[in-house]
Amino acid sequence: MFNYQDILNTEPFSLSQKDKNELLCSCLKELTEFHYKNCESYKKILDILNIDFEDLTAVEKIPFIPVRLFKEYELSSIKKDDIFKTMTSSGTSGQAVSKIFLDKETAANQQKTLVKIVSSFTGAARMPMLIIDSPSVIKNRLMFSARGAGILGFSIFGADRTYALDDNMNIDISAIEAFLERHKGQKILLFGFTFMIWQYFYKELKKLNHKIDLSNGILIHGGGWKKLVNEAVSKEDFKKSLNEVCGLKSVHDYYGMVEQTGCVYMECEHGHLHASVFSDVITRRTKDFSLCEKGEKGIIQVVSLLPKSYPGHSLLTEDEGIILGEDDCPCGRKGKYFEIKGRIKNAEIRGCSDTYERR
Amino acid sequence: MNDVKYLIGNENITVSPLPTFSEEVCNFLNDLSKAILQSPAGRLYPDLSALAFWSRKGNIQKIKEIYNQQEIRLGRGLCFHIAPSNIPINFAFSYLFSLLAGNANIVRLPSKDFPQVNELVSIMKSVFENYSEIEKRTAFVKYGRNNEITQSFSQKADARMIWGGDNTIATVRQMSTKPRCVDIAFADRYSVCIIDANKILEADEKTMQRLGENFYNDTYLMDQNACSSPQLIYWLNDNDQAREKFWNIVLKTAQQKYDLQDAICVDKYTKLCEDAIDNTEFIKRTTNTGNLLYRSELKKLSAYVENLRGKGGYFYEYSLSDIEEFLKIVNEKYQTVTYFGIDAKKLADILLVHNIAGIDRIVPIGKAMDIDIIWDGHDLVRELSRVISYS
Repeated sequence: MFNYQDILNTEPFSLSQKDKNELLCSCLKELTEFHYKNCESYKKILDILNIDFEDLTAVEKIPFIPVRLFKEYELSSIKKDDIFKTMTSSGTSGQAVSKIFLDKETAANQQKTLVKIVSSFTGAARMPMLIIDSPSVIKNRLMFSARGAGILGFSIFGADRTYALDDNMNIDISAIEAFLERHKGQKILLFGFTFMIWQYFYKELKKLNHKIDLSNGILIHGGGWKKLVNEAVSKEDFKKSLNEVCGLKSVHDYYGMVEQTGCVYMECEHGHLHASVFSDVITRRTKDFSLCEKGEKGIIQVVSLLPKSYPGHSLLTEDEGIILGEDDCPCGRKGKYFEIKGRIKNAEIRGCSDTYERR
Repeated sequence: MNDVKYLIGNENITVSPLPTFSEEVCNFLNDLSKAILQSPAGRLYPDLSALAFWSRKGNIQKIKEIYNQQEIRLGRGLCFHIAPSNIPINFAFSYLFSLLAGNANIVRLPSKDFPQVNELVSIMKSVFENYSEIEKRTAFVKYGRNNEITQSFSQKADARMIWGGDNTIATVRQMSTKPRCVDIAFADRYSVCIIDANKILEADEKTMQRLGENFYNDTYLMDQNACSSPQLIYWLNDNDQAREKFWNIVLKTAQQKYDLQDAICVDKYTKLCEDAIDNTEFIKRTTNTGNLLYRSELKKLSAYVENLRGKGGYFYEYSLSDIEEFLKIVNEKYQTVTYFGIDAKKLADILLVHNIAGIDRIVPIGKAMDIDIIWDGHDLVRELSRVISYS
């Protein structure tokens, strides 16, 4: 099995796609074989798909499993005793949640990988950190929700961590102002979830017509645009509006999922999401899962070198996206860059069931 | 009750029953048929033209003759219909069957907006101008999820047509009704297909092409999600060459006609993986040609196989040694057997001899969706009317 620590020493955006593919392919193949041996359900799937290990000669030939399976089954490649923590996705009540089983090694690698990727954007020095969320989100540490995990994960980049919202999701102006007073003239890290920032931070600041100065800030936000699309808020609107109420200039979206925690895809200064050397995105066509051309919209598959304790190294997501290019983003980062187009459209299922919705 | 939108009629519905197959109703059906066929919508929507084709004079006359004309029959009174939300025109068949029986009708239309439903409502309105007696016995309603409204309509009903599957039936059955109210409930059902491989080998190109289209209409057209869509394909006199010939034409048809939505594609792939985890006891191997057609070959048969349900072009197949092998696992959930190359009457006779609890329809491939007054094992016109005996 490859040594992940060696790979961690690679600069996250330093490899050309060609070199990266070589690295990914051999490691992903080893992961595939590892999970085949250690996860009974994963083995059954590969058997039915008739996977020939000799044939796994390119990244795109690595088999993928639907991300939804983690909601329906407990998929793990480690012994029960070795489970160090279980992460869940942040489903609203009633929805099934993903369950991801981590051992110490995988959990540590997730953290280290996140540090590598994010610090290549923010710099290695820790900054004062303002979390645009409520402290109550991480109080229940028994079950790690994606929101809590995100906050904790990103917290290692910050000092003097301060929450901008109180326990009831109300904006805490005095806490924010005291924080800014303490760190006058310093670079500040802000972190939060896209919709929460819009709903409880931007809208409140606008309503209160209260000016705060975050022109020294760098905001990292994620969690998806679904709710903002409903409110017809575009990426540009989001940035512009935040700039208006608090002078923020540096805003970075990220794409990631609880099933591949650690391997986040960060948005660069040119508005493109970038894949690091630790993971990649592949877009596929609906009709036969063949590869999309550059610029062609498709269903997103994500591959990552991190998942060792659970068979999540190659997943078919329920998101759509477009690969914009390779190795040639004006920001200088190597590898693929892409754009997320949101969730795949809910199917209009025809048929005769489900007439009378129960209350 | 302010949340009820009346597309046709109003609260003051006339309930007095009409004779079964009354002349006025038969004429109304024929005029409706003509009006649909003459409208642009009738050409645009195949389900509307199917409705027009069914309600034409010749067909209704034929049905009428099959019924015993010596009997004196009247409608039961008021029939309340809860239509399925996903099949646009099903409500209209339900309504017309009940109208032929002689009932006044309150019909809850699908909550989703379908263009062909709106077209049909406006066509009906124009035909009603000459049929005031029928118009005042008709109400088409729309309302969101609301148990009180369904309860209040149920309270008035002498008969209820409950479409929409097991959950709907359970909810609606809890509501109180008149003591004599008759419920016809259309539960979740399961359907299969039986093919004689020898007959496939004999079939010429034209037959195969038609067969491909017919099979497509039974399955892909409704994303394989209708109760009468076959899930499992049984092969009699199994033969690899025949299978290949059949699936090639199915795939070819699907390639020409089927718009595989992203979500269905992911659902289908997920289903395949779920089968791998849960059902390897039954599944021998899986063949997929792109994402349009998935086939899983079964290694054994048991009552459990009715739980194997594909969607959007995912079929199970099994090589049958003889028909009895299949009959052993049939239960009351089985609705439709579509077939190619077998004798339907013979199969029906076998069901009788073997005291089989399931299977209500045996129809050629292509007819799975053809709804008629005999449906789901019910003789709808008889059950929705009452007979007056005299001596």
